[in-house]
Amino acid sequence: MKLTNIDLEKLIPENLTSVTKMERRAFLKIGLVITGVFAGGRILSVTSNVSEAFASGKDFVEQYPYKPHYSMVIRQGLCIDCERCLKACKETNSVPDYGYRTRILTKIVTDAVGRKREFIPILCNHCNDAPCTRACPTRATYKNKENGIVMMQSKKCIGCKMCILACPYEARYFNAERHAIDKCNFCWDTRLSKGEKLTACSYVCPTGARIFGDMSDPDNVAYKMVHQVEKQVWVLRPESGTKPNVFYMKATRSSPWDLRKQDGAR
Amino acid sequence: MLGKIKKETAERWGYMGFKSLFSSGIYFNVFAFLGLVTIAGLAVGLHGTYTGYHNVYGVTRQIPWGVLISGYIFCVVTSTGLCLVSSIGHVFGYEPYMPIAKRAVFLSIAFMLGGFIIIFFDIENPHRMAIYNLLSPNFTSNMWWMGTLYGLYLLALIVEYFFLLDQNHSMSRLAGLFGVLFGVAAHSNLGAVFGMLHGREFWYGPYMPIYFIVSAMMSGGAAIIFFSCLAWKIDRTVLTRRMERAIMAVCQLTILLIAIILFFTFWKIISGIVSPEKYIAIQAFLTGPYAPNFWIAELGFGLVIPFILLIRSKGINTNLMFIATGFMLVGIFFMRYDLVLAGQIVPVFHALHVEEYSSLLLYTPSLHEISVVTAGILIAIVLYLGGEKVLNAHKFQKHAIVPPGAFICQGCGGIHYMKEGESQDDALKRHHRMRKVDREDEHA
Repeated sequence: MKLTNIDLEKLIPENLTSVTKMERRAFLKIGLVITGVFAGGRILSVTSNVSEAFASGKDFVEQYPYKPHYSMVIRQGLCIDCERCLKACKETNSVPDYGYRTRILTKIVTDAVGRKREFIPILCNHCNDAPCTRACPTRATYKNKENGIVMMQSKKCIGCKMCILACPYEARYFNAERHAIDKCNFCWDTRLSKGEKLTACSYVCPTGARIFGDMSDPDNVAYKMVHQVEKQVWVLRPESGTKPNVFYMKATRSSPWDLRKQDGAR
Repeated sequence: MLGKIKKETAERWGYMGFKSLFSSGIYFNVFAFLGLVTIAGLAVGLHGTYTGYHNVYGVTRQIPWGVLISGYIFCVVTSTGLCLVSSIGHVFGYEPYMPIAKRAVFLSIAFMLGGFIIIFFDIENPHRMAIYNLLSPNFTSNMWWMGTLYGLYLLALIVEYFFLLDQNHSMSRLAGLFGVLFGVAAHSNLGAVFGMLHGREFWYGPYMPIYFIVSAMMSGGAAIIFFSCLAWKIDRTVLTRRMERAIMAVCQLTILLIAIILFFTFWKIISGIVSPEKYIAIQAFLTGPYAPNFWIAELGFGLVIPFILLIRSKGINTNLMFIATGFMLVGIFFMRYDLVLAGQIVPVFHALHVEEYSSLLLYTPSLHEISVVTAGILIAIVLYLGGEKVLNAHKFQKHAIVPPGAFICQGCGGIHYMKEGESQDDALKRHHRMRKVDREDEHA
């Protein structure tokens, strides 16, 4: 019997190093569809209508061509309710005591095995299909065409509170000092436009529960977070059809080391 | 007022002068008292504006729309309904509805003004509305369309009323048509303000605009009957045979519309019970904290009791109709209040099962809000009372409505034409097809 001469040294290994970046991306696109990773505002499952959904990151970018496309990834399990983010937000953005731009919700599951409490940070989702911008009668609130942040033009706000009613995430409130509606703007005017890379809340978060980043850049940590095939990613209230830009994940100890904590965060 | 009005114009308009307000002591006392209460309410509202609404109003971040918005909706819905019901007569030509035109359009304007005053005290920056609604409109916003169309609607109503006063029926018909078109468009947008919010499951869907239009017509019918019966209590000559026929026709329409609204409400509840999103809100109204609002005020006083009373009145018994429609107007106010609250009391994150949002949200109207709503509704009533005296109870002059060769039938209140050489009696009998035998008996 003749043994086929297999030179193991010369064989190309079938691991990530031999797959080109484009091929890898093509694989991940399928992963986006199959594993339930959220893309463009829909939870996709194996049974979902693939042609309807964003089959690729490229389609997502074409529809929402923001550069940078600011998003936040919140890893629910890591939040410890220290409330440093709330304090930082209040101080950075002059948020009055009666209002909030971001909040931590407490979920208690009494018959859970092990940990019984979970903390869920919520904030404005900067939706791609924002009902607040559709409903505002004077376009006082609008989605910035460059970076996708839903912003406020306070001088036009008539205070009808239609946007508060339209928002499915309770992200807005009336600020008596500004005489207008106020909400999270990813610290655009106070930090991002001045050269800072992170919002105040994601900067001070000690556990890395809040990861702020750019969905248009495949090397950005936020992009990498939501494109992991093994991890489940979801959004709040997908049935409201808003296509949010804030993604939620559970934290596990198996996260790759470079994704444990955001670069530049304290 | 605006200088002296010429005698012919005054006679044509039925203008009695402001001194007519003083003709009855009791009347003037009631008028002045209500006027003072209105001014007091407005003063409380202005105090709220001065101290800042977040200090004095009961609305919160989670329930941003409260009794002020429901008061506004009540006034504006009644106004649109008054316009729509009266348009059946003088715009679309159905003769029995024609006598109510003047009072209905006047009340429509009065309630619209009341509604605008209420919303003035809810919007935080009303001065910006006038500027940026024009300079920076958002055509995808239902609220923008509603505001703009209601402005045009009010304009069309004022023009229509002017032509009605002037007895120019062809022009008033044209203005009335625009009033109806703008009114229906504005009103369905008001329904869509709620119905196009995908995030608020209780309201979302095409039901809201449809329900608002039908509910408006019901409110308008109730308002016409109530204020006409009230006018009859003030001045007995208001209910001529023609007017009685008109009230009976409006009563029949109102009974039908109550039946339709009962049907709508029933199916809204039944279909909502099987929806997990709507279920919590509906349970709050069936068995929860808003159950008295729903069963007693909205269903009982607003729909069921008036339905029975109006049928029993047969469209003739004025006292019964007055009580029934009075109940209806109160019940309809609670219908608006319940509707505005229903979509807000369930927290948006109730499905997350978090501690902060584990129960229904609560809202209590504050004194300032109640004062402003009272003031807005009373403004409409004060204007109404003023109009009854100053404008001669909105009576039409006979020669203006009866064409030559016709007469007002003493039997049915309609306008019948006489043939060549016929007497009024003969024409009456011919129209009502009395047998020739009886006619000859009459002659004998």
